[in-house]
Amino acid sequence: MSGPMTMPVPGTSSPPDGGGAFRPSRRPRASGPAQGGSPLVWFVALVVVAFTLGPVVYAALGGFRTNAQLAESPAGLPNPWVLENYQRVLASPSFWRYALNSTVIALITTVITVVFGLMAAYPLARYRFRWREPLYLVFVLGLLFPATVAIIPLFVIITRQLHLGNTWWGVALPQAAFALPVTIIILRPFLMAIPNELEEAAVIDGASRIQIFWRIVVPLSGPGAVTVGVLAFVASWNAYLLPLLLLQGDMKTLPLGVADFSSQYSSDTAGVFAFTTLAMIPALVFFLAMQRRIVNGLQGAVKG
Amino acid sequence: MGLEVLFFVGPALTIFVIFVVWPIVRALQFSLYRWKGFGPLVDFVGLQNYVSVLTNDVFIGAFTHNMVIVVLSILVQLPVGLAIALLLNRKMRGQGLLRTIIFVPYVLSEVIAGVVWFQLLQPQYGVVETLLGAVGISGPEQGWLGTPDVALYTVFFVLTWKYLGLAVLLFLAGLQGVPDELLEAAQIDGASWWQVQRRITVPLLGPTLRTWGFLSMIGAIQLFDMVWILTRGGPANATTTMATFLITEGTKRYNYGIATAASVILFAVALVLALLYQFFVLRRDVAEADAGMRRVR
Repeated sequence: MSGPMTMPVPGTSSPPDGGGAFRPSRRPRASGPAQGGSPLVWFVALVVVAFTLGPVVYAALGGFRTNAQLAESPAGLPNPWVLENYQRVLASPSFWRYALNSTVIALITTVITVVFGLMAAYPLARYRFRWREPLYLVFVLGLLFPATVAIIPLFVIITRQLHLGNTWWGVALPQAAFALPVTIIILRPFLMAIPNELEEAAVIDGASRIQIFWRIVVPLSGPGAVTVGVLAFVASWNAYLLPLLLLQGDMKTLPLGVADFSSQYSSDTAGVFAFTTLAMIPALVFFLAMQRRIVNGLQGAVKG
Repeated sequence: MGLEVLFFVGPALTIFVIFVVWPIVRALQFSLYRWKGFGPLVDFVGLQNYVSVLTNDVFIGAFTHNMVIVVLSILVQLPVGLAIALLLNRKMRGQGLLRTIIFVPYVLSEVIAGVVWFQLLQPQYGVVETLLGAVGISGPEQGWLGTPDVALYTVFFVLTWKYLGLAVLLFLAGLQGVPDELLEAAQIDGASWWQVQRRITVPLLGPTLRTWGFLSMIGAIQLFDMVWILTRGGPANATTTMATFLITEGTKRYNYGIATAASVILFAVALVLALLYQFFVLRRDVAEADAGMRRVR
């Protein structure tokens, strides 16, 4: 992605407030700097919040109702509150098994992406060698190929040639490979920005390249590494297509489990809501903890 | 030196070649054979798979659906997202919380979002039906997802629920880059709020909007998860996408040749659109930046 992309200006801007938001007014200095929201702004905010959170809250509450309650009054509240749906999901071994698979696959994906990505970005950022730019270009071109394009051969290669079908590694390795382009693109400028003096001082002190990498490059690339790690984790946690083709039975991840449960017991609406709500909790907690990183990463991706 | 480079780049390059480059090469190869996934690759058919994909009504429909989603995203999500971002871009209490809330659907997987909406949209006892009924609107008899004429738009509606927050968040971030001085100067000159947005803020937000458009377009072309959960491409192929077409051909009918030909076509479509977008839309950013630099000097 090209383009100059303005650097984000730290701090908040205060655009003019539109007293009556959309009404053009001819008087000079009709509006002072924005201090709060006009009623229209609050109304829009409220609508947006209701539209955004409505389905999530409805699903969470729906899990506390019975199917009879849901059928009788779809828009009602739990009356009485029923814990049984949630208890049933929490007592089911497959739910925990799916959660474990999702977690392990996401962790393997993240570790491989970050470690291999940092290692590859290091010489691509700081060495001078003839094949540097062509090598970088190879990774960048990977951005053009979504996993969907290669999904059928990927399935054949992983199951028949590598015999990694229905394993954690069989899903994690290709996910890491497809995450590498964006990882290297984000990390390279980070590593380029490390001052030469640090490296030179380390060389004078007799450090090897590998020591420099571990002692200087890895610690200094922290923020970038966390960002790419979080992006890789979220992508893996939410992935559907590759796990759908590769994983069966006990090896399924949460998205597969949710989709299965929904199609097998689609008439058990309350059960579906309980299962889905429990499945979204880890993602939401992780998101709240890592919010800034995710947002920065996405904004970084857009700013090119 | 060479060995050191190999040491550092080797692991990444290895998995990249095995899991990205090699499957793509194989996709090109498979697409030239009639192959059901078993036995050796012997039945070479040239470009016949491509011909049969491109003349297949279901695939043409799927391509059309992808394009409808691309166009609708830009026509609907861009103005709505921009309007919300412009209205919310002010100091107000709870703004941080608001941003967090807006972003929640983006963090959920398409599967979870799809499963929840599937229940909400159930024809008889779904809550959408009930709420619309309360204001006197009755949905189609077969349900919003079960009626061929409206199913694709329903899918688009759910996609908008999931991705609007990303647009708003990115636009808000872009708005932070608009210098206060410009806005203040315009205000002093007597510009109204609406004039300021139209003449200054939105043009300066151009690069962010155009890049968002690019990401949105690429995502819409690869659309799979949400459709698979909500409709499986039905009813009567009303919501198939190129990706659901190739997955159905590959994993249900074992037509690996057809499926990989479709995936190569999907890639070609994405590439052509990306290049056209680069040429006609993103190029302006580079040109403007150059002009801006010259002016500064």
